[in-house]
Amino acid sequence: MRGSTRFLLAAAALAAGALVAHYAVRQHRAVGVTLSAPAQNLPAPDFTLPQLNGKDLRLSSYHGKVVLLDFWATWCDPCREEIPHLVELQQRYGDRGLQVIGVSIDDSPDPVHPFYQQFHMNYPVVMGTAQTGTMYGGILGLPITFLITRDGRIYAKHIGATSAEVFEKEIKSLLQN
Amino acid sequence: MSLFSISPGSGQASAIPTARLIQTEELAKMIQAPGNDKPLMIQVGSHVLFSQAHIPGSEHIGPASSEAGVQQLRKRVEPLPRTKFIVLYCGCCPWGHCPNVKPADDALHAMGFTNVKVLYISDNLGTNWVDKGYPVAKGD
Repeated sequence: MRGSTRFLLAAAALAAGALVAHYAVRQHRAVGVTLSAPAQNLPAPDFTLPQLNGKDLRLSSYHGKVVLLDFWATWCDPCREEIPHLVELQQRYGDRGLQVIGVSIDDSPDPVHPFYQQFHMNYPVVMGTAQTGTMYGGILGLPITFLITRDGRIYAKHIGATSAEVFEKEIKSLLQN
Repeated sequence: MSLFSISPGSGQASAIPTARLIQTEELAKMIQAPGNDKPLMIQVGSHVLFSQAHIPGSEHIGPASSEAGVQQLRKRVEPLPRTKFIVLYCGCCPWGHCPNVKPADDALHAMGFTNVKVLYISDNLGTNWVDKGYPVAKGD
């Protein structure tokens, strides 16, 4: 095999390997659909979505902050249990660089508005879409929460209700960086 | 310092009698088997979830935790024979926290349907269906 051919094959193998690693954390393989989650330490997929107040929110505009990205819905019991504590985390660590962002997957913002008031939510909430969910590996259960580093990389993914101790420990660690 | 702890949910779905449940493996085999004798499968959760992944051939009705969702369900099944085999599913949340399947099951039984099963999804659709490699479709 000629040297140039070997080089091209090696380069192709490296590229394929990088692609696989990029989507390595979780793969849903099934007939008709493949959902890939962004891998740890790789960039959090950026999105622009409308907030409840009508203004657009772009995830990458929070570069420099530690972001807790919470996928939730008003009718999800574990989400309802978590949210008061996310409010508390935002209150406690907001001035140190934490930004909680809620992504509601309710089908309409109608129930989200009163919920936002009732739970005294002190962080932005956007209305998620199927496309957003797919970008994050498929939001096929609630809640699902991502912690994102100050430089916009995925640090952790939590599926299901997660204790405050876990969030707080990770947030404190990330805020120090 | 502990800011909070997770407490058990209301457990609505847990109140559905075991005899009315169908397991994921059983349904997966059923829908992949040859023949046309398939159940009518109805997803009673969020459309955002449904669009990302759902059981092929199933229909989205809407969250049955709301009256609007239950009304939609009643409207969909009203013309059907009461012996029609219907499978309800959601998969939004861990079984004990799902707010949607129990109201849907109750509504169908109140209408006189006698052959209704609820798909038992212990964690969520991603973990208990998609990750198992069972058939999945996406979109509307």
